[in-house]
Amino acid sequence: MNLNKVTPMSIRTNALAGLVFAAQLAMAPASAQDKSIAEEIARYRQLLQDGNPAELWEARGEGLWKEKRGPKKISLEQCDLGKGPGVVKGVYAVLPRYFPDADRVMDLETRLVYCMTTQQGYSEAEATKTPYGSSNRRSDIEALVAYITSESRGEKMNAPLNHPKEKEAYLIGEKMFYFRGGPHDFACTTCHGESGKRIRLQDLPNLSDPEDAKRAYTTWPAYRVSQGEVRTMQWRLYDCFRQQRFPELKFTSDASIALTTFLAHKAQGGVLDAPALKR
Amino acid sequence: MRMRHLPIATLAAALVAGCATMSDSDVSQRAVAMMKSSFKERGQAKLDRLDQDEVQALCSRKPDDPALPRAAEERINATQKAAIRYPADGKLLGDWRAGEKIAQTGVGKQYSDDPKRPAGGNCYACHQMTKKEISYGTIGPSLYNFGKIRGYGEDMQTYAYGKVYNPQAYTACSNMPRFGHNGILTEQQIKDVVALLMDPQSPVNK
Repeated sequence: MNLNKVTPMSIRTNALAGLVFAAQLAMAPASAQDKSIAEEIARYRQLLQDGNPAELWEARGEGLWKEKRGPKKISLEQCDLGKGPGVVKGVYAVLPRYFPDADRVMDLETRLVYCMTTQQGYSEAEATKTPYGSSNRRSDIEALVAYITSESRGEKMNAPLNHPKEKEAYLIGEKMFYFRGGPHDFACTTCHGESGKRIRLQDLPNLSDPEDAKRAYTTWPAYRVSQGEVRTMQWRLYDCFRQQRFPELKFTSDASIALTTFLAHKAQGGVLDAPALKR
Repeated sequence: MRMRHLPIATLAAALVAGCATMSDSDVSQRAVAMMKSSFKERGQAKLDRLDQDEVQALCSRKPDDPALPRAAEERINATQKAAIRYPADGKLLGDWRAGEKIAQTGVGKQYSDDPKRPAGGNCYACHQMTKKEISYGTIGPSLYNFGKIRGYGEDMQTYAYGKVYNPQAYTACSNMPRFGHNGILTEQQIKDVVALLMDPQSPVNK
């Protein structure tokens, strides 16, 4: 998904990939070369899958979920994520969805912010202060999302599409997916509309193909090895749009939820396996 | 009950009909309005990046939309070709070594990029170019031996320059950015990239 492969981070990643694969590639003809690159990258990912550091985020998130916090000193255990107050098991499989109390379609991140403000008494600004963490500033949202999504492992994606606002979000998300703009004329579909394509050596999921869409959606959130952080679906969209040369996507904005709704339905039936581990 | 016997297109139509008054153009308008309130300007990336020009609007099509009419494709080709600015000095080939650096560089125009630094072309993100660089993408066709296969003549140089400057002049709704038209690369940078493609000494043609 990187459109700008020459950041220092990606140079490191490419260099690492290059070291691992250079030997096989030197002799291979073009088509066989492409195939062996894909196979070797898959093997590299397999090796990394042992012991996912996301477990640390999951544990911290579970603590944050149960801890009495905020001005009102209460835990999030009465938060209704879509299956009733306090139910965590399986909720990620039925999000985004319409919540009557907020009169809005919400994804997990947005719903967490809603509970932090309405129940724990945080201000909107406090609740959304650090949506994306770094080594010196941890994100509570990323930890909570890691914990809650881990409780949906093995569940099949089954987000509802009944309420008019869910349908509207889906249709707008679909429009956004094909919307070309910015100085580079990029849309989501520029990189994610055809099967078997790559940016540099990075395989790109074709999100209009159900199998690819399931594989991609069900493995977010993920621990990103190159960043040393667990990243959420909100982050995934945020950073795609940066590389798309668009302005900055606001955290938990309506457009971010609409696009997630569209993608969640593209992945309908996919078995959740997140937080996953990615390069 | 009956629904499951209906073809997918009918189901999609039924889905739209579910939002009684939302036509496809209603959805488009709401999508744009929602995006305008959901993004914020940052650095060089202002909200006007969400304002589509005619090419972007015509090329934002869902798979189940009707194909772009031939007349619209021809219109895109014509308007975009007419807007290509070729170098005043008539020279189309720069330095392929500089072109290789531009082809390798992916920064530019993101809000995270320094606008004072030159942008890259990031050709390798999508194209195979040389034998030496094995880290190339496959969204675009291989450009290995570009000049060697097509010839090094002036017509081909003009084509290569125009294609990098504005691919929509040749292929309506191409995925490739309009590097000259949209001011991503400078005239000299495009010359250098054209040299990478067209200079017989360039590793692209070895």
